[in-house]
Amino acid sequence: MITARTLGLVAAAGAWALTIGHGAQAQDTIKIGELNSYKTQTAFLDPYKKGWELAIEEINAKGGVLGKKLEVISRDDGSSPGDAVRVAEELVTREGVNILAGTFLSNTGLAVTEFAGKKKVFFLAAEPLTDKITWQNGNRYTFRLRATTYMQVAMLVPEALAAKKKRWALVYPNYEYGQAAAATFKEMMKAKQPDIEFVTEQAPPLGKVDAGAVVQAIDDAKPDAIFNVLFGADFAKLVREGGTRGVFKDRTVVSVLSGEPEYLDPVKEEAPVGWIVTGYPWDKIKIPEHQTFLAAYQKKYNDYPRLGSIVGYATMKSLAAGIAKAGSTDTEKLITAFRGLAVDGPFGPFTYRASDHQATAGAFVGKIALENGKGTMTDIKYVDGASVLPSDDEVKKLRPAAE
Amino acid sequence: MNLNAFVFQAVNGLSSASGLFLVAVGLSLIFGVTRIVNIAHGSLYMLGTYIAYSVATKLGGALGFWGGIVLTAILVGILGAIIEVLLLRRIYRAPELFQLLATFALVLVFNDAALWIWGPEDLLGPRAPGLTGSIELLGRRLPTYDIFLIVVGPAVLLLLHMALSKTRFGRLMRAATQDREMVGALGVNQAMLFTGVFALGAMLAGLGGALQIAREPATLTTDLNVIGDAFVVVVVGGMGSITGAYVAAVLIAEVKALCIALGIVDFGLFTVNFSKMTLVAEFLVMAIVLITRPYGLLGREQGAVRSVAEPEEPLRPATTATKIGGLIVLFVLIAMPLIAQGSPYTLVLGIDVLIAILFAASLHFIMGPGGMHSFGHAAYFGLGAYGAALLVKWFAAPMGVALAAAPLVALMGALLFGWFAVRLSGVYLAMLTLAFAQIVWAAVFQWETLTGGSNGVLGVWPSAPFESRPAFYYLTLALAALGVFLIRRFLFAPFGYAMRAGRDSPLRAEAIGLDVKRIHWLAFAIAGCICGVAGGLFAFAKGSISPETIAVSRSIDGLVMVLLGGLQTLSGPIVGASVFAVLQDSVMRSTEYWRALLGGVILLLVLAFPAGIVGGLAKLFARRKAAS
Amino acid sequence: MSDLVIRQLSKSFGGVRAVNDVSFAIKRGEFLALIGPNGAGKSTCFNMINGQLQPDSGEIMFEGTPLRGKKPRDIWRLGIGRTFQVAATFNSMTVIENVQMALISHASQVYRLWKPARALHRERALELLAQVGMQDAADRPSRELAYGDVKRVELAIALANEPRLLLMDEPTAGMAPKERNDLIALVKRLVIERGISVLFTEHSMDVVFAFADRIIVLARGKLIADGDARSIRDNPQVQEVYFGTGKTFKAEARS
Ligand SMILES: Nc1ncnc2c1ncn2[C@@H]1O[C@H](COP(=O)(O)OP(=O)(O)O)[C@@H](O)[C@H]1O
Ligand SMILES: [Mg+2]
Repeated sequence: MITARTLGLVAAAGAWALTIGHGAQAQDTIKIGELNSYKTQTAFLDPYKKGWELAIEEINAKGGVLGKKLEVISRDDGSSPGDAVRVAEELVTREGVNILAGTFLSNTGLAVTEFAGKKKVFFLAAEPLTDKITWQNGNRYTFRLRATTYMQVAMLVPEALAAKKKRWALVYPNYEYGQAAAATFKEMMKAKQPDIEFVTEQAPPLGKVDAGAVVQAIDDAKPDAIFNVLFGADFAKLVREGGTRGVFKDRTVVSVLSGEPEYLDPVKEEAPVGWIVTGYPWDKIKIPEHQTFLAAYQKKYNDYPRLGSIVGYATMKSLAAGIAKAGSTDTEKLITAFRGLAVDGPFGPFTYRASDHQATAGAFVGKIALENGKGTMTDIKYVDGASVLPSDDEVKKLRPAAE
Repeated sequence: MNLNAFVFQAVNGLSSASGLFLVAVGLSLIFGVTRIVNIAHGSLYMLGTYIAYSVATKLGGALGFWGGIVLTAILVGILGAIIEVLLLRRIYRAPELFQLLATFALVLVFNDAALWIWGPEDLLGPRAPGLTGSIELLGRRLPTYDIFLIVVGPAVLLLLHMALSKTRFGRLMRAATQDREMVGALGVNQAMLFTGVFALGAMLAGLGGALQIAREPATLTTDLNVIGDAFVVVVVGGMGSITGAYVAAVLIAEVKALCIALGIVDFGLFTVNFSKMTLVAEFLVMAIVLITRPYGLLGREQGAVRSVAEPEEPLRPATTATKIGGLIVLFVLIAMPLIAQGSPYTLVLGIDVLIAILFAASLHFIMGPGGMHSFGHAAYFGLGAYGAALLVKWFAAPMGVALAAAPLVALMGALLFGWFAVRLSGVYLAMLTLAFAQIVWAAVFQWETLTGGSNGVLGVWPSAPFESRPAFYYLTLALAALGVFLIRRFLFAPFGYAMRAGRDSPLRAEAIGLDVKRIHWLAFAIAGCICGVAGGLFAFAKGSISPETIAVSRSIDGLVMVLLGGLQTLSGPIVGASVFAVLQDSVMRSTEYWRALLGGVILLLVLAFPAGIVGGLAKLFARRKAAS
Repeated sequence: MSDLVIRQLSKSFGGVRAVNDVSFAIKRGEFLALIGPNGAGKSTCFNMINGQLQPDSGEIMFEGTPLRGKKPRDIWRLGIGRTFQVAATFNSMTVIENVQMALISHASQVYRLWKPARALHRERALELLAQVGMQDAADRPSRELAYGDVKRVELAIALANEPRLLLMDEPTAGMAPKERNDLIALVKRLVIERGISVLFTEHSMDVVFAFADRIIVLARGKLIADGDARSIRDNPQVQEVYFGTGKTFKAEARS
């Protein structure tokens, strides 16, 4: 049995040693390391993956970039910052990539941002919303595609002000995204409407809202209007309970991300009509860029795109544009190229700001409506991200860590 | 906020309580009779929501919904029976808790199966036909379905009570809950009893899930969201007591309802948002209940269950062969940066593996020789990690100082929590450690200004001369080797013997002058302290940390590593941690459905090595030796 | 002077008065048998003396020190060793390690973290095992032992702290008649050699009458007789308790 123990140890060491031997090889493709929380954010990331696969297909069909095809090495990031950093290191050291992209959760996104800054690897954060990726913790090596928490809220604030309501209730998931959205909303609203009152704040745990009790507590606070940040399953629960209990009746509701098909479609005919939301009314967008994208997507997948599809698609399109502009995959050249890089996305053209590395890709603001037993958006307008972002000077102060 | 509002919220709470009760009661029955910690219970519940959704939408109407609920309960019950017969029955003779590993694998498999069958999107079921509206109560609208749920909980409780007291099967179950050996002695077919109980428990889980589709969507995160709550309710109520489970469900649901109803309260000097407390309310309740009532609200002290597994071999000091083997392994590890020059990732993974080893070895120290099954070991990992990271963040401490602080912070936590934990035993101890871990997690999560909240602390990088990866690898290797060596040393010393004495027979140990609680308390502290080193190293290895370092999943990973390697051997946690970490890394890369694959591999290992990998190999060799 | 004095000791479990107003004493070097049918309260008495159970009322004095409220481990340190009715050894250890554990505790070396325990007190442990005839099994895992052998190891463990009083709850349960005699004879020798006092329970009346210096009888928690072998044998109340139930002294096998 003594030998057995030794054998066990040797076996373990051996298994580990097996991982040796995969060094970086000479490349005839441009490798992009992609990592994301595919196992826990399936509703968003499944279409996201379809989106970037479509983009890669299109790019490579046109001959790739700089005469080389793009090759995406995609990994699950384990939905945790610790695993994500390991996966990022694996992509860099074992697969030899020098471009990272992806992440969904704010904390994994930030961990990879931190990693990229330290290890001097180019990183395009695709989805994470936290402002910190481009501001407080922003660094030279990290860019971000998606309209941030701040931007999402800022797009909705004019609508909220226009509603002219005094008593507001807030409901948001109890973690950084929800807290930041609520704080930003309060700050912006107070600045423009000093007599505003926030009558209650409900911050249920993410994914575990006790919807009946929460909507009741909101109702009991007798607000004129509600600002909601819940999404996913929490959103569905909130909508159903609020509907049954009549809590949303005669109240203005302003809600972040709720117009995204990922979250709106599951509630089907119970879609909360009249809510003012940011989102993606894929069937209502008539600009040519989107028409082309939509046709290609539907042809390839026989399904309509979700917002994730847009993010995935635009991520790879951005990288292709950036590499082409840089004329190389050299990290420094890529950074230079990305600063001010103009990209044509399905929502039209946008740029990566040189000041804070944030893309100006915007979102659609509108009202939820019910059509053919399904939720969609009406009165839509596209809000350009550039219009809601702080100026370059203000941003400089927000980015202490970046040069 | 007036009285009516509070009363109404209390009524709301009752419907939540029914939901909680239905998740928990099956788990309680299963644990009471079989002593299996069934982590897959949440998965059965989740499957219940999906199956009921499918039936309700495919069939439609009242038959689809209500018939679907009945059908779902039956189907999930059958699934439970299948699990018991095909899987669990084969490993009843394995050491304590080993079945946890098998059910953990099932969680992974079921989750991917649900993704494969039902797809990634959340699926919101129809409203309950006949119960779509609401009634007026206290000037507020109460959904009729909530009223239905309020009734269902106590109704199920009553039915179960009658079944348990009136039927032969029920009486056997009760007898088995009180004294498992007696049932065997009575000549009852234990296999049948266990299958029956597992099926019943699974059926209740399926029912609980099915009943929720009118209120919430079927989603892939339900399994893990629910399992924690279920355990809390079972333990607060008292293991095996179904009335206790209901009382506990009401208590927890009402506490949460109260927190939500209170909302933001201004205390003059500061304001508190009580709704944020719902994050940990159940764990706070559990900690308080267990500290004041060590067997839960209605639980009774359980007769010590004599393990059906083969007892542990006496410790033998390392033979020359083992020593040489260990030295070879150490030498290979030292040479690794040279061997792996062409593939720097080996060192990246190596650092993770070494940290996992230290984590698992420290957990094994209290779990194996100490007999204290900690379900919250991540607390000490997290305290170490945060201790180090916060020193760096707030005081710009150099790495040496931060790394030295890591074990101290963890030690402090372990001394505090251990003091309470060692007063309990068995699953109660396990759940109290879990509660403490969750409280630490919540504190870190909520205390945004200090800890960075859910985003965590960034910018925790090694300082010179450990900036290069090989250098940090050597540092990790040195500390991990030192930790493992110390643990081994402690175990062979009188203290280690005293730990095992206290575990083997607390009565005898006390009767020869050993202060068992104090010994186990110190053991707990030592384990926490060493685990803190692992946490500190982790922070510097990753450059950033977040509350995820303290999450339940990390505690469970630790349990999996220890059990996979073998609880009863000293090298078990080392092998288990290495295998698990390497396996997870390679599996995550190989397929989209990596969870199912990982679960499948663990299931195979479980069936092949019911004493853990090292234990299994040891037995093989012993048999070979005996044969020759 | 009496070693152990028990006065008006009582203990109830729910409604059951397990021990009811019991008083007795053991003199130094006395070999005292406590007998009584199953459920009489013998083990409960032992458990109260060694601190495992707290009495409801009454007094327990050992060499002038009150024991009530003290923990088992403190009572052990005062010089009271015990064996259990259901033998309890440390199953994951070898026979000799079991004894070494007690010796380590006696020497207050429990909290040592460095030196291997195997080397500590091995000689002395072997001596103790030799006394109970178990030296040949020293390095076997204790879980492999036959029940009778476990009882002997328990005795060796109990002797490790050189107790002045030994409490033995059914030390010969599970042994063949010959073994019983040998073990009790051994204990008796220890009593005489070292001046240890022993309180023991035993179901074999032959053994009790042959070896005990004095016998006390419990029935339904009450002390009903106290005296030498002859007076106990002839005591009508004792006969009533034993024969009245249709059983003989001998038939009372184990509990
Ligand atoms: N822990 C306990 N809980 C409840 N009743 C007990 C307990 N221990 C003993 N008893 C009861 O006390 C009485 C005396 O038991 P015990 O002292 O074991 O008797 P003996 O050792 O003479 O056979 C019995 O009726 C027994 O059932
Ligand atoms: Mg007895």
